[in-house]
Amino acid sequence: MAIIKTEDLTYVYGEKTPFRHVALDNVNIEINEGEIIGIIGHTGSGKSTLIQHFNGLLKPTSGRVLVDGEDFFKDKKKLREVRFKVGLVFQYPEYQLFEETVAKDIAYGPKNMGLDGDEIDRRVKESARLVGLTDEQLKSSPFDLSGGQKRRAAIAGVMAMEPKVLILDEPASGLDPRGREQIFGMIKQYHEERGGTVLIVSHSMEDIARYADRILVMNEGKVFCFDKPPEVFRRSAELESIGLAVPQITRIINRLNEMGCDLPADVYTVKYAEGLIAERLGAARKNRGV
Amino acid sequence: MLKDITLGQFFPGSSPIHKMDARFKLILTVAFIVMLFMAKNKWGLLIGAVFTLLTFLISRIPFTMMWKSIKPIIPLVMFTAVLNLFFVKTGEVLFEWQFIRITDEGLDTAVFMVSRIVLLIVGSSLLTYTTSPIDLTDAIERLLSPLKRFGVPVHALAMMMTIALRFIPTLLEETDKIMNAQKARGSELDTGSFRDKVRGMIPIFIPLFVSSFRRAEELATAMECRCYHGGEGRTRMKQLHITYIDWIGCVYMAIFIAGVVAANIIIQS
Repeated sequence: MAIIKTEDLTYVYGEKTPFRHVALDNVNIEINEGEIIGIIGHTGSGKSTLIQHFNGLLKPTSGRVLVDGEDFFKDKKKLREVRFKVGLVFQYPEYQLFEETVAKDIAYGPKNMGLDGDEIDRRVKESARLVGLTDEQLKSSPFDLSGGQKRRAAIAGVMAMEPKVLILDEPASGLDPRGREQIFGMIKQYHEERGGTVLIVSHSMEDIARYADRILVMNEGKVFCFDKPPEVFRRSAELESIGLAVPQITRIINRLNEMGCDLPADVYTVKYAEGLIAERLGAARKNRGV
Repeated sequence: MLKDITLGQFFPGSSPIHKMDARFKLILTVAFIVMLFMAKNKWGLLIGAVFTLLTFLISRIPFTMMWKSIKPIIPLVMFTAVLNLFFVKTGEVLFEWQFIRITDEGLDTAVFMVSRIVLLIVGSSLLTYTTSPIDLTDAIERLLSPLKRFGVPVHALAMMMTIALRFIPTLLEETDKIMNAQKARGSELDTGSFRDKVRGMIPIFIPLFVSSFRRAEELATAMECRCYHGGEGRTRMKQLHITYIDWIGCVYMAIFIAGVVAANIIIQS
């Protein structure tokens, strides 16, 4: 069964005002348990609005959102439960840190769940390990950490709720390449160990292409496509027409194809491209040899 | 949810009223308030009402905005009406039941007071509808500049006001974001009891303060980088210009004030 399902989900900002804006327009998607989903789209395409429906921060103007087959908007108690089931990490989550120590801040979510002290302790340690924070850092003030460490501490705060679905909105934005690598490596490891569902919002095609099982492309509040990476990147011309950059390697392959090479259109990793090009070069050499 | 609050009611436009110098508008608004309080009878107030309606028409601000400015003061209006209706005991009795006695004079005063308050609000809201907050602070700064001689830091105050206005939407957005982030971690802002809600404020205020200080520091640095050193010798990019429209506005206002005065003299009753 799908862990998250939307049925004709529509959301309108500022209904009945001159600033009315349709942010989501009849979105129908199904996300299965254990998947890593990448969500991409231009600024204002509705990605952030969409993910805020998954844990009940926004209520659909019309249509339904089902988490674990349940429409949680019917019951206030369920609404709170769904926040623990679907952990949402906002963009720049380091700005939400507030406690005296990092450990206490990570414990905020589990505490709100009403868990006992030992369990909270275990979860704090466990998620600190997952994001790579040392015991010493746990005892220090969150405001003494570096930018990247703050980010990881904030992500640990959501992981500590042990949600079935972890959603991260631009988890690596504003970080240097090494920081990005660390964050994505950490998410990948989290997924391998916990096996939960992970949704990553990003506008970096490179990152999404590398980690996602399926990619949801949003455009102007509508689902542009929702498919496996090769299928999505096969449509690179269309993607570019809605203002999304395809991975650099896909662009190179497209260019080669324009120049007359007959390569497949669904190349999106350097490794795959490397194999293809090497093979082609090998064949060319052989031809020349003959 | 915080996005629904409309701040800075400025309604961009190109009507003559929009084009007027903010200083004149400010002064004329004060004159308008004085005019309303000068009116001693219904006819004077009627002139005030005509003025308000006419000015609204000229400004081309949608009439629905009028209602929007009245809405928040409805309780006050109701209170005034009830007070005058029930506590003015002189005049002819229109209605009597147990201790309630409504007289024609009471009714008159109630209507008079209510219309005065409504006109006051609707008329002066035109100032904020047609003037951008920045222009308004500029005008205040210029009008208060004579106070500089007495050591009042007029420029600094105006700059503070401008910055505050500029950051209201930013801070609201930030609050919204932080609230959502903490709600996502299960804080009971929208689901818990009143006590839970109050306790839930701490995780919001601390990050908000931290980021406000950070922003203030960044802004200060940015201003210093551009050699900001207070108001001394500072010229303006946007000069306030007095044009013929402003003088027409003054004459227009004067006509109505004269009308109110005439109404006061002619109808002495």
